[in-house]
Amino acid sequence: MASALINVPKKAKRGDIIEIKTLMSHIMETGYRHTAAGEVVPRDIITNLTCRYNGVEIFRADLFPAIAANPFISFFTVATESGKFDFEWVGDRGFSGTASASITVE
Amino acid sequence: MPKQANSTRRHFLGLAGGAAVLGTIPVVTLRPAEATPATLAAAIRNVAGEAVVRTGKVKLDVPPLVENGNTVPMTVVVSNPMTPDDYVKSIHVFNEKNPQPNIGNFYLGPHAGRAQISTRIRLADSQKIIAIARLSDDSFWSASVDVVVTLAACTEEAI
Repeated sequence: MASALINVPKKAKRGDIIEIKTLMSHIMETGYRHTAAGEVVPRDIITNLTCRYNGVEIFRADLFPAIAANPFISFFTVATESGKFDFEWVGDRGFSGTASASITVE
Repeated sequence: MPKQANSTRRHFLGLAGGAAVLGTIPVVTLRPAEATPATLAAAIRNVAGEAVVRTGKVKLDVPPLVENGNTVPMTVVVSNPMTPDDYVKSIHVFNEKNPQPNIGNFYLGPHAGRAQISTRIRLADSQKIIAIARLSDDSFWSASVDVVVTLAACTEEAI
């Protein structure tokens, strides 16, 4: 159900600084909106994103309701070795999503 | 007698008015108050503690005029080398007038190569946005930008 988009370069030279772009489909309900009947819509957001490069954590983010729906986050890292990026999103109501991408470093 | 009736009516109206006022107070307090300068300062203190937050090094890139507050692109760049001895530990973004002062915390490391993050945020009002970077020597640097928002986020009703 959870669908994620990851953009990592397929190939890089050793030592290159590469950009990683992530997009996770999620409503990011703030918990501050009301229905027409006046009831508060309960909060339902992604609270954390973690990225691991060959098992080592390279990036982590805490998200708040002020992050727009379908959170897009991009960041940088140095391509050191061929391997895998693992992404994990964790959120309210037991939400969790994962994705991975591999890179070849020459 | 008529005087008596009049005074009860006045009395009743006074009571009713008082009840109405009492009734509205909880409603007002239940509404999420916008982040006040005090809550913003508290949120920043949570991150920086007693450390001095200096201006500089950080570049916060947000469009100055935003049409739709529901998705506002934002980029934070910290001009600091990323070496094992001198790097950016984390970037924290705050706002002044959303229901909550926090927008996001982003934790980097020396392996990031470049201290830059991008995301899309929500803005409930025209306001100031503050980005704070924490360096490896635990010094704090900040930048702030004023943004004008035409259509605010969070105000529309959910279906």
